[in-house]
Amino acid sequence: MNPLLPFFVITPLAGAFLIMIIGRFVSDFNKYFTSLILLFLACISFYFLFTTGENIYVYKVGGWEPVNKVPIGIYMVMDGFTAIIVCIINLIGFLSAFYSISYIKRYTAENYFYALFCLMIAGMNGVVISGDLFNIFVFLEISVISSYALVAFGVEKNELEASFKYQVLGALASFLILIGIGLIYWKAKTLNIADIKTAFSNGYDKTYYLFVQIVILSGFGLKAAIIPFHAWLPDAHSSAPSPISAMLSGVLIKAVGIYVIIRLFFNMFIISESMSILITTLGTLSMVIGVFLAIGQWDIKRLLAYHSISQMGYVVLSVGIGMILVSRGIKPEVAALAITGGIFHLINHAAFKGLLFLNAGAIEYTIGTRDLKEMGGLAKDMPATSATSFVASMSISGIPPFNGFFSKLVIIIAAVMARFYLLAVLAVIVSIITLASFLKFQRYAFYNKSDIKRDKIKEVPFPMVFSMVILSIICLMLSLLIIPEIRETILTPAINILTDPLKYSSTIIGQ
Amino acid sequence: MIAYIMCFILFLVGLYGVITRRNLVKIAVSLSIMEISIFLLFALIGYVDGGVAPIVDPADPVKTYVDPLPQAMVLTAIVIGLATTAMLMTIIIRLYRKYGTFDIREIKNLRG
Repeated sequence: MNPLLPFFVITPLAGAFLIMIIGRFVSDFNKYFTSLILLFLACISFYFLFTTGENIYVYKVGGWEPVNKVPIGIYMVMDGFTAIIVCIINLIGFLSAFYSISYIKRYTAENYFYALFCLMIAGMNGVVISGDLFNIFVFLEISVISSYALVAFGVEKNELEASFKYQVLGALASFLILIGIGLIYWKAKTLNIADIKTAFSNGYDKTYYLFVQIVILSGFGLKAAIIPFHAWLPDAHSSAPSPISAMLSGVLIKAVGIYVIIRLFFNMFIISESMSILITTLGTLSMVIGVFLAIGQWDIKRLLAYHSISQMGYVVLSVGIGMILVSRGIKPEVAALAITGGIFHLINHAAFKGLLFLNAGAIEYTIGTRDLKEMGGLAKDMPATSATSFVASMSISGIPPFNGFFSKLVIIIAAVMARFYLLAVLAVIVSIITLASFLKFQRYAFYNKSDIKRDKIKEVPFPMVFSMVILSIICLMLSLLIIPEIRETILTPAINILTDPLKYSSTIIGQ
Repeated sequence: MIAYIMCFILFLVGLYGVITRRNLVKIAVSLSIMEISIFLLFALIGYVDGGVAPIVDPADPVKTYVDPLPQAMVLTAIVIGLATTAMLMTIIIRLYRKYGTFDIREIKNLRG
């Protein structure tokens, strides 16, 4: 029993209610309180990141102890993989909340904004930390309902339309997830992820099992915007206020989409070759199609949103390669390398995509447009934004010594060692197209001479600059994860928990 | 068996509505129909032939009970569904104020 675990959910939930009540009477309470909560959560998540290691901490809500080694209560689980994702959520969340202090002044109803922000964080932390299938669904709904509201926060035509699309597709995804949970419960008679694994390893009906896997994959794939399910993402992510876009693209699609897919397919289902080939194919499609859709965009935030699809494709692809190898039972070290690459890229993507959306927000804040054709020559007047966005663009296109280079390198090496030469070549080509697309962004936004007359522009206020500079430092620092000693303390525990088929379930059932 | 088939038909009715209707409110209603079919599925999952409500009776220990857990899950899911529907309706009302119509063909600013 680790008493710190519930704080990841309780603190932001309590924060949301306190902001709605106290924020009415005390001005400026909302923004500083939100930042404070998230700073606190980021600190304890870093504590877990460095202390968890190979341990698995379990917290049983309400103190319901297992009966005859069958878990009956709600479990909260913290292991190496969870610690990484929780860290990303709270750190990017803190920086976005701090950035919002000056950005969100243009909107009315700041109290609602910060309360919804806290609810979204509570939902995501809950999804990641829950060890129970139905609680994943409940927390997922908390986070996505608040994100529906936040996407529509501007209440103009585009925002409302994007939110409507997002809600209809999000509701379909929730239904699929709910059906999947029901079907699993029907056969396994339990909802605890570790217990379901044991129930299914005692034999199962193959066709039924495959059907359940496909339903669950399409449900969470819709939340993660893998390519056939991507239609809502560019609209929703480009219409939200910029700090929220950074949260949606940088964190939400990972926490409620990719994380759950990886967790369930490695630790709950028994990996089958057909499913892993399907997942790899979907990842490859996302990677390739996403980047081609991005290339023609002139709206910065839409461009970045399409790149999110493409970069998530890298993650899914390399995790899929790992799954194929695990299911065939060959080359365990290459499988571990592929999964390392995927998770490393997931962390990196949170950092640089968050930063890019904050940059886009800074540009929109200053000159009031998102159209690349109406920008130009901003490098002189906005040095901090220009420098940080240069760091982020180089990271996402995979230029050394920035973090994106190392994770893409690991993915490509893993693909070559697993003899998926075509996938390795595609990954290189997509990376080059990404570079071209971001050179276009850099050139049109910051370096081109602009013919448009505009008033003298200033650099954005301190909180915005602070968040962007910290994130660009993180982008550089994450390259250090390639060093073996650091990798072994942070990434290796996560890889071990995923590749070892029995460790997760046996440890949790044993406690 | 017939109950499961009816439940599936209800799901398809909702899906048909979501795909073919042009009116925003009708799409929301169709989504609710789909949702209810899933709740019914959960109730069927928990059903045991000849079972009674799961209130343990010490006088008669061999009684068959229905599974109470899916019922608890459905109650949670109904509350969540209420929140989702309310949110969707709010957005639809706002859209109506902006565009003056419920027709989805006229609400297409975003493309590409």
